[in-house]
Amino acid sequence: MSDTRRILIDPLIDNNPVTLQVLGICSALAVTTSLMPALLMCAALTSVTAFSNATISSIRTRIPNSIRIIVQMTIISALVIVVDQLLRAYAFETSKQLSVFVGLIITNCIVMGRAEAFAMKNPVGISFLDGLGNGLGYSAILIVVATLRELFGGGTLLGYRILPLVSDGGWYEANGLLLLPPSAFFIIALLIWAIRSWKPEQVEQADYQIHEVHRTGVL
Amino acid sequence: MADLVNLFIKAAFVENLALSFFLGMCTFLAISKRVETAAGLGVAVVAVQAITVPINNLIYVLLLQKGALAWAGLPDVDLEFLGLVLYIGVIAALVQILEMALDRYVPKLYNTLGIFLPLITVNCAILGGTLFMVERQYTFAESVVYGIGSGSGWAFALIALAGIREKLKYSDVPDGLQGLGIAFIIVGLVAIGFMGFSGIRL
Repeated sequence: MSDTRRILIDPLIDNNPVTLQVLGICSALAVTTSLMPALLMCAALTSVTAFSNATISSIRTRIPNSIRIIVQMTIISALVIVVDQLLRAYAFETSKQLSVFVGLIITNCIVMGRAEAFAMKNPVGISFLDGLGNGLGYSAILIVVATLRELFGGGTLLGYRILPLVSDGGWYEANGLLLLPPSAFFIIALLIWAIRSWKPEQVEQADYQIHEVHRTGVL
Repeated sequence: MADLVNLFIKAAFVENLALSFFLGMCTFLAISKRVETAAGLGVAVVAVQAITVPINNLIYVLLLQKGALAWAGLPDVDLEFLGLVLYIGVIAALVQILEMALDRYVPKLYNTLGIFLPLITVNCAILGGTLFMVERQYTFAESVVYGIGSGSGWAFALIALAGIREKLKYSDVPDGLQGLGIAFIIVGLVAIGFMGFSGIRL
């Protein structure tokens, strides 16, 4: 029981795929200008990761080692096509905003990484949970970034006005930088800083130090 | 002609795949620690991008587009939904072929690029370039220019970042930002710099 829980909870903060393993950042940054597409992207990626992990794990003993990558790719892209068609059928407007990024779930390293590192070695049930956990870890980062960007960049959340803008007679001056691509990098950097100050064991050692700095002894 | 030059500039600088669409970020951050390796990967990406985008363009126009199979007597067939599987298959196969061809004929280049080629299959900049080509309905000539342009833009950004990160190791970075954190902040600053290119037209 505790083992299953660890598999599900661990990727949320302690072993987060985005901030610690540096996986799947591309889409984490690109779809976060507003919250709605980000939520949809989270749902899409989490379901693809969970189901691809389960599928690959269920046939793991039959996949020849030399062609495993292409087999994994095919399974993942089939699942992505299903998700893509579903989004087009039921959430057409938002899926237009996501444009190529739904297709890019195929090359999202979280999906491949979990398939290769976990699903190829573990039974179906916990592989599914591992995929779910990693999808949720990714979603957590995505939702935080998207909330910050939409709230402070445009004063809205999910399209509802939260902070009245100066241009509409309110008091909030929108921060236009947050709607531009570079802001996503800064927000993720600050998130990494925050998480690593909270969990110092995640801090990376510098590969080179030119002189003793004031806290060399601490590390 | 001027259109194509404009497309090149737009693909390489204004709509830089790495800095304004965040594509290929994983490799971008992982391989940007030294200029030499960054240059190697950059060249490999330009090469693969310049080949895969036009080939996927042909596949899209000749096989997948609605009505493309009219020559086989199937004017109503629309295979667009199969795109994703085919594009990634083409990319994976091409990278493999390129690897074998380089190994056979240009072993020197193969030794420099060797380790990076498999990485390129899962580089979202490559698949992203193809998907943008399909979404924007480029013609064959445009897709060649777009492939080269977007690939070189990605390579420029990678080499620039590697140059900065090489110097960065002499600086005293706060513990929590060490490594990944400071790299993100720098990419953000480089991205602001690249935004200065927007609006350039010849």
